[in-house]
Amino acid sequence: MSLLALSGLGYTYGDSQFAVSDVSSCLDSAGIIALIGPNGAGKSTLLDLIAGLKAPNRGTCQVNGDDTASLTREQLARLVAHVPQQLPQEVPFTVEDVIMTGRLPHSAGLFESTDDEAALERAIAKARLESFRRRPFVSLSGGEKQRVLLAAAMCQEATILLLDEPSAHLDPENQVLLWDMIIDLKRAGHLILVATHHLSLAAQHSDRIWLMNHGRLVADSEACAALQLKEMEEVFRVPFHWHKSDEGRLYLNYGR
Amino acid sequence: MAVSSRKHAAMVFLISLLAALVTAIVCPFIGGSGMDYAKLWRHESPDWAIFINLRVPRTLLALLTGAALASSGAMFQALLRDALATPSNLGVTAAASLGAVIVIAFFSAGDVAFPLIWTAAIAGAGVVVLMVSILARTRRFSPLTLLLTGIAINAICSAVILLLASMAGITRGFQITHWLMGDIDAIKYPTLAVLAILVIPGCLWILSQARILNVISYGETWAAGRGVDCRKKTWHGFLVGTLLVGTTTAITGPIAFVGLIVPHLIRGIVGPDYRLLLPASVFGGGAFLIICDTVARTVLAPVEIPVGVITALMGGPFFVWLLWKR
Repeated sequence: MSLLALSGLGYTYGDSQFAVSDVSSCLDSAGIIALIGPNGAGKSTLLDLIAGLKAPNRGTCQVNGDDTASLTREQLARLVAHVPQQLPQEVPFTVEDVIMTGRLPHSAGLFESTDDEAALERAIAKARLESFRRRPFVSLSGGEKQRVLLAAAMCQEATILLLDEPSAHLDPENQVLLWDMIIDLKRAGHLILVATHHLSLAAQHSDRIWLMNHGRLVADSEACAALQLKEMEEVFRVPFHWHKSDEGRLYLNYGR
Repeated sequence: MAVSSRKHAAMVFLISLLAALVTAIVCPFIGGSGMDYAKLWRHESPDWAIFINLRVPRTLLALLTGAALASSGAMFQALLRDALATPSNLGVTAAASLGAVIVIAFFSAGDVAFPLIWTAAIAGAGVVVLMVSILARTRRFSPLTLLLTGIAINAICSAVILLLASMAGITRGFQITHWLMGDIDAIKYPTLAVLAILVIPGCLWILSQARILNVISYGETWAAGRGVDCRKKTWHGFLVGTLLVGTTTAITGPIAFVGLIVPHLIRGIVGPDYRLLLPASVFGGGAFLIICDTVARTVLAPVEIPVGVITALMGGPFFVWLLWKR
């Protein structure tokens, strides 16, 4: 039984052409999957379909063998945690409040249980947010906010995490911090799908890369180094090349 | 209240309950005409009759109406993620009024009983809530569109109401005008019991949704990702809101701005967590309307001002201040 199985998944906005078209793939174990592709390629829509935020027009999405269409939203949220690019700026809550929202699928009561409190403490520790915990969410920087949103997804304790461009607008230090958290999540047994434009970081840390264009999955490469640069160049319309550092690390560079 | 301090929530609940109880106990003793408390103590009329048949039911009506309007207002603000969304700003109250005015204008005085006005008010409120929920689902939706639509609905309803009032003849026209002022009047205990049967479960349902409303206020994408079926919850919320606003409007006439003033003042004291805000709004709304009604009864005694006039005089400037603050 696959952890995540997509079969002929398709979605269209109104009468326009498919935003996601005929996407099929199987993911059986923990790991980091980077979704890359130009703007409008369908990355965010694909994550929305897996999270159940949108209902597919075609195909199916199965998590642990269950069709997501047959699960209630609460059941699905216990299996899949979706993290959007950002929250509305006006959210007047504290960092703790935002993280604790991740416990809603686990306890329906008016107040959180002691298990919820324990999960909150674990998430705060993992995201290294101890010093921020009582601060208003709006007062944080972009990088800190992203760490809080990721901590909320950790608190949700779902096996699959869907991160929609989590490192967009972040400075290099915060990008690295965020990817460190993603790597820790993989080590803890999670499957993480990350939509990103940071191709070099994606190439370094991902176990698999999904290259999307015009809603289609045009490449599904198990090792990022095996990416066909020709395909990348066709999709992104800029030249790509690999660069090897003195320590033997591979970096993906692009530009004319 | 992430690390939800239940003690804190319990304290806010008890303090607001106490405030409502104190107001409800003290205010019936205050009035424009002097009251002989010795006679009252001995249950002697007319003081006892005035107290038990006029002031107590009036206070209870204000308590229930204030609780219903304030909790509905707070809930609408969470569901629509707009601090200015209230039943009156969205046009729900005006539509409920239109429903009720149609009944007053077209049915003979003998037929105009509470169930008929209630049904018409609920139907009017329901139509507007349906329109608002359809609008909220479109891509062009924004808090501004919603408010402008509310203004348009209020204007349309007012125009039709004026037309009906002008065509209804002198007696009914006066009846309509008086009803539109929004008044807390002494009502019979059986009607009060019907109101309580509808309002108390409605308010309890809103309170039970506090944690979910917290998450909905983060936005639909975030809430759905945390397992909330936003569409279903919004429909349920609109349904309960319609029931509460339609029911209270049918009895008191339109009383504007309670759903705006009370949640905003209380948010400033207890913060944005709906688990604190909603119970405090329920009791605070009740206490607020009891006080407004007491002011309405006493400030120009022996003349009584309709309570809707007092809330509008306070709420109008408050609304403008909130708009400027945005």
